[in-house]
Amino acid sequence: MEKLLFYCFAAILLFAATMVITVRNPVRAALFLVLAFFTSAAIWLMLHAEFLAIALVLVYVGAVLVLFLFVVMMLDIDLVPLREGFTRYLPLGILVALLIVVEMIAVLGVSNFGLEQVEAPQVDESVSNTRRLGLLLYTEYVYPFQLAAVILTVAIVAAIMLTLRSGTRKKQDAGQQVKVQKADRLRVVKMASEQTKSNKASDQ
Amino acid sequence: MIALSDFLILGALLFSLSVAGIFLNRKNIIILLMCIELMLLAVNLNFLAFAYFLDDAAGQVFVFFILTVAAAEAAIGLAILVVLFRNLSTINVDEIGRLKG
Repeated sequence: MEKLLFYCFAAILLFAATMVITVRNPVRAALFLVLAFFTSAAIWLMLHAEFLAIALVLVYVGAVLVLFLFVVMMLDIDLVPLREGFTRYLPLGILVALLIVVEMIAVLGVSNFGLEQVEAPQVDESVSNTRRLGLLLYTEYVYPFQLAAVILTVAIVAAIMLTLRSGTRKKQDAGQQVKVQKADRLRVVKMASEQTKSNKASDQ
Repeated sequence: MIALSDFLILGALLFSLSVAGIFLNRKNIIILLMCIELMLLAVNLNFLAFAYFLDDAAGQVFVFFILTVAAAEAAIGLAILVVLFRNLSTINVDEIGRLKG
């Protein structure tokens, strides 16, 4: 049963990856990438990495791929010149990919990493995966954890500074805002009061 | 039971598919970025497979950091892409040769 599930997910994952690299429309490619990440989250669950599987769905499907979709839809791209050379490089691409696969399978195949060589471990079910990961992350890896926070901050600042347009930037001067008087903003107009139709009718 | 080699071969297949994708879509920067994300996914699968079969959670910590760095990389890469498109109105790799590198 577990084996069947694994092969099912693996087939969907490889299908989605193939569609990402061959499909004509980048929006569809991004959507197939969502499928690929979802399926690999399921495979990560089979590897007892529950926290990271959920983090993959939240961070990748929820944030990064939505960002991809935003950018793809925001840019008005002429797709025809971008497809040039697809068939020209197809044989080379397939050749390189096949070579990598053959080499990898020769090294990583059942003869080296099969069940006889590396048997499946007994997972300790009493400790949850999140607790185990947290205990490691906040003790042994606390310094890299802080560095990861710094990297994310740098990424935010860099992304905002890159995309900010200098011409249309709004400036805010706190001193001017505090100094402002009532007379600068409010103009009182003197005028005679007007009578509406219903008022005239009630007068007569 | 699923063997370690099954997970490793799946990761290898995914990695080679994304390498082929970089060859095929060499004009379109967006698809190139997506292929890089797929490569990182394949590498993460290897880390998690070894973490499970060697019963060592350090592999999962590494995947955590790879996810962080990959998210930062995607954000900055897409920001550069938007600026590039604003200045040149194209994302064709062939037409981006200003640095003459």
